[in-house]
Amino acid sequence: MLNLRLYMAQRLSALVMVPLTIGHILVMIYAVQDGLTVSEILARTSGSVSWFLFYGTFVLAVSVHAAIGLRVIGFEWAGIRGRMLDIMSWLVFAGLLWLGGRAVYAVTVAGGGL
Amino acid sequence: MIGALIGAKVMTVTDSEREMDVSIWRESDGAGRFESYQVPARENQTVLDVVAYVQQEIDPTLSYRYACRVGMCGSCAMMVNGAPRWTCRTHVSKVVKDGRLEIAPLRNLPVIKDLATDMDPFFEKWVAAEAVFKPSVTRHDPMAPITPDDPARLAASAAIECINCAVCYAACDVVAANPDYFGPAALNRAWTLVNDSRDGGQDDRLAAVASNGGCYNCHAQQGCAQYCPNELNPTLSIAGLKRATAKSLLGRGR
Repeated sequence: MLNLRLYMAQRLSALVMVPLTIGHILVMIYAVQDGLTVSEILARTSGSVSWFLFYGTFVLAVSVHAAIGLRVIGFEWAGIRGRMLDIMSWLVFAGLLWLGGRAVYAVTVAGGGL
Repeated sequence: MIGALIGAKVMTVTDSEREMDVSIWRESDGAGRFESYQVPARENQTVLDVVAYVQQEIDPTLSYRYACRVGMCGSCAMMVNGAPRWTCRTHVSKVVKDGRLEIAPLRNLPVIKDLATDMDPFFEKWVAAEAVFKPSVTRHDPMAPITPDDPARLAASAAIECINCAVCYAACDVVAANPDYFGPAALNRAWTLVNDSRDGGQDDRLAAVASNGGCYNCHAQQGCAQYCPNELNPTLSIAGLKRATAKSLLGRGR
């Protein structure tokens, strides 16, 4: 159910997520403490390659990590097996990547709209 | 002297008057249920003594497995009040709850009859995990020099005293959820062999423990370490296998 590649992908994505999660929490605290408005936030993120890479990497790591984690839960707790398990894993990965990617695109490329 | 004899006699009578309620799982041909037995509550008795009493004094059709009775052979493990135990070394006084004892066959294994489980799946997984010594030299070659303080030898020594009782296998929730999982005992044995410099089957072993039933299934819940009667820590061994296989992927050897 988990082979070496999936195991390493989950561990490495966790490794990537650790600093990004801390960074994300710090950004949230900063934005709330400083009372930044939506337009002020968008002014900082729009067209920013740094924020695109920061949250783009985050979304990719989350999609990989969560898809493999839910694969294990689906196998052990829901009894999903074989091809259905692969399909479920890919759907979770693609879904999270699409939702997260859409959000990253909106705040860093499209200036808040899609 | 006479007083002492009378005292001993009185003690015996008092002992035999006290009884405890023992529920034992009875199963044959796939249908099972708990049955209740009244067994003398003695000051000093093991769970295996209780099972033997029921079989010898109450119902000779009760099936169970044991051999050495001294905690060496790993034959007599059963579920006692919901937890896996080596019954020959488990005193009733340590596990009895409200004067009651519930004895069932080991979890995660098919039942042959009553308390006797089929150990085949357990040992088949040892073979699947390549938890078998593969000699790299013959008996005609010189003995391999391994010093007692060699780090690999120490790692192997920490995990070597397994008696194959399957207590860890019964304690493992991952085995319960995933029938393909090799389980703690097989992987623990594989880890001792990974640390055996005389062994010649390392590539096959690392591939086996990295396969679908292998070490990556372990969630490190440590039920195995909690219940291992020899106080081994298979979780630690499995963590060692995860590291060893990950290193082999990165091309740094084992």
